Amino acid sequence: MKVEGKAELLDTISSSSEAAAFSPRYEKAIEIRGKVDRSLVEEISREKREPEWMLRLRLKALESYNKLPAPNWLSGIDELDLDELIHYLKPDAALARSWDDIPEGIRRVYESLKLPEAEKRVLAGISFQFESETVYLGVKRMLEEKKVIMVPMEEAVIRYPDMVKQYFSKVFPYAEHKFAALHTALWSGGVFVYVPKGVRIPQPIEAFFFMASALEGQFEHTLLIADEGSELQFIEGCSAPMYKRYSFHDGMVEIYAHKGSKVKFVTLQNWSGNVINFNNKRAVAEGGAYVEWLEGSVGSKVTYVYPSTILKGNDSSTSIYTITISNGKKLKDTGAKVIAIGKNARAKLVSKSISANGGKNVYRGLVRINKGAMNAVVASSCDSLILDGSSSSYTYPHNQVEEDTASITHEARTGRISEEQLFYMRSRGLSEGEAKSLMVLGFMEDVLIDVPFEMASVLNSVVQLEFSKLGGMG
Amino acid sequence: MFALFRIYNSRSCYLGRGEGQRQYIRDQYFPCRRCNLPGVYALTLQIEDLYAEIGGKAVLRGVNIELKRGEVLALMGPNGSGKTTLANAVAGSPSVIVKRGKIVVDGEDITGLPPEERSLRGILLLFQQPPEIPGVKLSTLMIAAYNKRRGSYTDLLKVTDPSLFSKMRSSLYAAGLNEDFLFRDLNVGFSGGERKRLELAQAMILGSKYLLMDEPDSGLDVEGLKAVGSFIEDARKEGRGILLITHYTRLFSAVRPDRIAILFGGKVVVEGGLEVAERVEKEGYSWLEGLEAKRVEG
Repeated sequence: MKVEGKAELLDTISSSSEAAAFSPRYEKAIEIRGKVDRSLVEEISREKREPEWMLRLRLKALESYNKLPAPNWLSGIDELDLDELIHYLKPDAALARSWDDIPEGIRRVYESLKLPEAEKRVLAGISFQFESETVYLGVKRMLEEKKVIMVPMEEAVIRYPDMVKQYFSKVFPYAEHKFAALHTALWSGGVFVYVPKGVRIPQPIEAFFFMASALEGQFEHTLLIADEGSELQFIEGCSAPMYKRYSFHDGMVEIYAHKGSKVKFVTLQNWSGNVINFNNKRAVAEGGAYVEWLEGSVGSKVTYVYPSTILKGNDSSTSIYTITISNGKKLKDTGAKVIAIGKNARAKLVSKSISANGGKNVYRGLVRINKGAMNAVVASSCDSLILDGSSSSYTYPHNQVEEDTASITHEARTGRISEEQLFYMRSRGLSEGEAKSLMVLGFMEDVLIDVPFEMASVLNSVVQLEFSKLGGMG
Repeated sequence: MFALFRIYNSRSCYLGRGEGQRQYIRDQYFPCRRCNLPGVYALTLQIEDLYAEIGGKAVLRGVNIELKRGEVLALMGPNGSGKTTLANAVAGSPSVIVKRGKIVVDGEDITGLPPEERSLRGILLLFQQPPEIPGVKLSTLMIAAYNKRRGSYTDLLKVTDPSLFSKMRSSLYAAGLNEDFLFRDLNVGFSGGERKRLELAQAMILGSKYLLMDEPDSGLDVEGLKAVGSFIEDARKEGRGILLITHYTRLFSAVRPDRIAILFGGKVVVEGGLEVAERVEKEGYSWLEGLEAKRVEG
């Protein structure tokens, strides 16, 4: 599944810091805030004019949310008070199919993200979510001709209820933990994509999520269904301006890869430094299907994300790459999960983390081989680079193997940048920040070879930007 | 006394960081075209009364050295006398704390500058023990260093001058390495000799005004010594100043230093010609102890 290499594609994401520099002005249509309870959930559902079954699902999830304890391994979210958040914020903008129809304030965000150009040149489809709602959705005719469905999640609930019922909250059940339940109770926005049998989409589809307000919760739900033998590549970008108070993101991605299909899901998360980011990502791979996750985690204050694949069918496979950069007082708790059920499952888990200026990275990995999942092969590797004495990195791999025929390997390495190495490079004329960025790029190089070209070039510029500012550009 | 040169600067400011084309016309007075400063500077690296310590321990105790352009000054001295510390202090190593004194390059006091700024002003340290830098290739480092020297660039790692690669290749060959070294991680798994040759190649590529060569001869075979010798000879002809730190006189057959200074107990105690080196070769350093005492008394 090769995408023609176009660097400008993910330029949208690297330029997100520019967009984040100003807080957009726009008209709000609806704002729902306050205590998370039945009436709040009902109000959101009513605003969305949802069918009865979705409201019931939300209310059941809310019940779970109230019952489930807060996960005991969470740290760094002390300031999070769910009852003071705006849980639903609808901008005064109808879903637009053309950039010109978007209100000016929102359009400026867009343009600064360079999204319109990217859409014109390299994307098969794009959706743009502003606060709680999708405000723009562009689909190339090619997709329509091939009967690919790409609509905002709300529209899918109304127009394709059978399909949504079949998958929604089935790949990632809401009862699994408190924040998954919260997400399902409050979800708003996100994209629904269905790729019919045998259809291959040569260009990626991009979804961009933008949070423009402080003390806001964003709960988008993305559902991708790749029917038998189809191929899909999906790119997700996230950005937000910096405020004094935090914002909360609790999104979910569910992927169902049917027999022989290939799905690639790429995320470049560059939230501003006060976003608490919780992300629930899971895929199910049927026989012979391949799912690839690539999670580039740069921004946010705290991030919890563990892309997971359930290798349900025989001969299914997955690759999960996580690249995390914690620069400054940030925590990235990331990892990967693989659960093998079918025979001959293959999985490759690669994690690269960089900690700098007091940043902390945690890797949690789960490899579970169920009874009967014969001949599973899982290779995981976990490299950390620590740039200074105040930063840290932790690795918690966890294997649960119930099948003797499984082969599981795990490698972990930790490197530190020494004063001597820095002095050596500085003595050649590079600033401290430049020296660090070269070393970080070198550290990521072997994983950058595997990722799409555009992604690599974006990470490249993000790293240079992140670390050059430390030492100041010469 | 050192000669004062009056400088006519044709392309870029003399105090600027570019290593561009400049002309120096002796004994004529022209202000720098760009910054209009009067162009009277000594083309020297001066180390004046330098006191420095490492980890709280005083190592340099009042070093005075003056190195002219186009001059080779060999710095000798027993282990622990402070030779490497001196080179590191001049290059701006953060581990060396300068307590007193100053370092002046071509009239500009660089004592407080960070190492990269010193490098861009023409100081290049060739390390005694170059560290391994995983993930960074020689080509990457040189492209970045070259761009920094040119001063303006949009992307630090973008090759702006196509001739840079041929220069890198020819320099590697001249240092006795093949071009594979361009794309290998710096010093990772290299032998001691290979590391020394790589330092030499970098000096050829970057072409700095003053070179601090910290034992460039250690760990090298005969061929390697020849390469070092001819490099120093060329550099002298090109008008660069070379501070050559060494323990042995064997290099002096390939390149004859203009002066020899002996660092002893954190101070330069003797300066002279080859005869100083010969005496060290024969007698070691014990004869210096009395000398130092005498100086202290005097």
